[in-house]
Amino acid sequence: MKLTRRRFFTFMGAAGASVTGLAPSANAWESKAPPDPYGCLVDLTRCVGCRKCEEACSTVNHLQAPERTNCQCTIFEKKRRPDEKAYTVVNRYFTGKLDNFDKPLPTFAKVQCMHCQDPACVSACIVGALTKDETGAVHYDANKCIGCRYCMVACPFEIPAYEYQDPITPRVMKCTFCCDRIKDEGGHPGCVTICPTEALTFGRREAVLGLAHKRLKENPGKYVQHVYGEKEVGGTSWLYISSVPFEQVNLPALPETPSPKLSETLQHSLFSYLWSPIALFGVLGAFMARSNKARSNTIEDNPQQKGGA
Amino acid sequence: MEHKPSPLNKPFWTPGVLVMLVFMAAGAVSIIARFTGGIGYVTNLSNARPWGLWVGVDVATGVALAAGGFTTAALAHIFGRHYYEPITRPALLTAMLGYTFVVLGLLVDIGRSWAIWKPMLNWNTNSVLFEVAMCVMVYLNVLYIEFFPIIAEQFKGRVHLPGILSAFNGLLDWVLKIGDAILGRIMWIFIILGVVLSCMHQSSLGSLMLVAPTKLHPLWYTPVLPLLFLTSAFAVGYPMVVFETTLVTSSLKLDDEMSILTPLTRVTIFLLGLYMILKLGDMAVRGTYIYLLDGTYQTNSFIIEMLFGVIIPWVMLLFEGVRRSRTGIFTAASLIVGGVVLNRINVFIVGYKPPLAENTYFPAPGEILVTLGLIAALMFIYRFAVTYLPVLQASKEVSS
Repeated sequence: MKLTRRRFFTFMGAAGASVTGLAPSANAWESKAPPDPYGCLVDLTRCVGCRKCEEACSTVNHLQAPERTNCQCTIFEKKRRPDEKAYTVVNRYFTGKLDNFDKPLPTFAKVQCMHCQDPACVSACIVGALTKDETGAVHYDANKCIGCRYCMVACPFEIPAYEYQDPITPRVMKCTFCCDRIKDEGGHPGCVTICPTEALTFGRREAVLGLAHKRLKENPGKYVQHVYGEKEVGGTSWLYISSVPFEQVNLPALPETPSPKLSETLQHSLFSYLWSPIALFGVLGAFMARSNKARSNTIEDNPQQKGGA
Repeated sequence: MEHKPSPLNKPFWTPGVLVMLVFMAAGAVSIIARFTGGIGYVTNLSNARPWGLWVGVDVATGVALAAGGFTTAALAHIFGRHYYEPITRPALLTAMLGYTFVVLGLLVDIGRSWAIWKPMLNWNTNSVLFEVAMCVMVYLNVLYIEFFPIIAEQFKGRVHLPGILSAFNGLLDWVLKIGDAILGRIMWIFIILGVVLSCMHQSSLGSLMLVAPTKLHPLWYTPVLPLLFLTSAFAVGYPMVVFETTLVTSSLKLDDEMSILTPLTRVTIFLLGLYMILKLGDMAVRGTYIYLLDGTYQTNSFIIEMLFGVIIPWVMLLFEGVRRSRTGIFTAASLIVGGVVLNRINVFIVGYKPPLAENTYFPAPGEILVTLGLIAALMFIYRFAVTYLPVLQASKEVSS
């Protein structure tokens, strides 16, 4: 390689000028949550485990019917997770609570995509196939997806499922928040429309959050004084209130920091306008020019050129 | 001392090459199964465990072990230690093949292999994986460009295509000559670019896991994970060259290159030491040593990684006697390479603990066959390339 000082500095001058023109500003990380998203409150004290929400979900989303639709007993013996065939499932937990006859009382918990305010999956997705829309729904576009499954690695709730049996066009499958339905005024997600016990309340996130706090305040002995999803990983569109600790119904304790904050801050502070790669290129180029010069001084009488690599 | 690489003057078909073919065939069968029955048909991956052996080994480990390419290029071409030029060509070949197989491994792993080009059009600049993918894509092309002069050197003025293709002899020869002449003038850009791109994506491979703080075991989850990935890539580059050169020179009965490898391991004392200090310092600062004695397989895997993969080989290299002994540096280099392999496996597989779904993961036979098949194919092409292209130093009995 014939890198001379002059050629190097011409090259770097051009590169340097283009960088200073775009001077990187060390912007602090900011939430990208939509201003007034929808939310949904799940009141676990009201859920009776009828699994109608599973059925409604499969109908409106054109999925296959839930396993043993009318079973409200043995189906609960195994803990289920949402998968590529079901966007939502209800599980039963015995947490040690007893009824008046000292029989163990079950707690039922519906689980689905939480539609995070700052979703890890959206930040992770290599092609932007996952997006957070203005309704608050985290939307998946199979046409962009390459199937890297980084969204599944990133999700703190282990929600996205994959069509592992499809060899050519597998999709990531997860709750859509029925975004096509809730876009229309008065539209509700399928599960909410059918819930017979009003365990699910859909509305603006601010409003349902207010409702959650109102219930906690009015029934201090009944509820754990915490709205799950208000602050977890920066907040989620789906919120839970419960009379039993959330860890006992498989809602994990999570930090309040949004999952994407650290990696996005790091990436943008290092790579905005590619300033650090360009700077590194400059430093290495200077070393190279210097060592080439030193070398040509020592072997001036032997002007044979070395090959490229 | 003049560095004069040349094609090997040895037969290509040996028993070892035939063994590679067997593994390649087994891997091919498994790949066919994956593209007919789906990823679920040949792997133990699940919704809780979306990444397994293929990402942990074929991709993450493959990238780490290809670090010999950019670290030797930096040493010999950028920092002007021309003494090390004899090892740059085999290291470049390894890197070029390594990255080619990283991409092949990715094609098997991602669900929609035919859509692999889509990140070029749909940018998500928030995504660490997007940056890694772009860097790997550009760097792979940089590696092909860096390798071009080696092909030109062998075939320039000697293009003899068989039969009807001989009509293209002139054109091909012209391409080789012009390409070589142009690249000779601008190769410095690609050499520096290769190092810059490597620094970017070697570190960003570590950033991949930063988005999942609750899933990666605290022994590995640290905000400095990208720095640890970068410094471990620096540290493993020269040991990988030692490991590979020793294997190649002993199996092909070539000059053992100890005069180059011994000083190279002295650089490794510094680079591995830096990685060791960062890794131990990180453990001390975050107080994660409290996990060390809890006896889980994650913790044990971490202890093995640190003890046998970092501390013991570092101490070994401190001894002049070890550095001068072929067995000594080969042992130390193998431990360091093994330590980095285990580190990548730990970060992407062993230390990955999704807390909600009950799951355990061990790669299925189909996954293992694909990985072994890809490694065998890489070695097969390496063997083929060094047989017919001027990559390695001529053996002593021929050159002297």
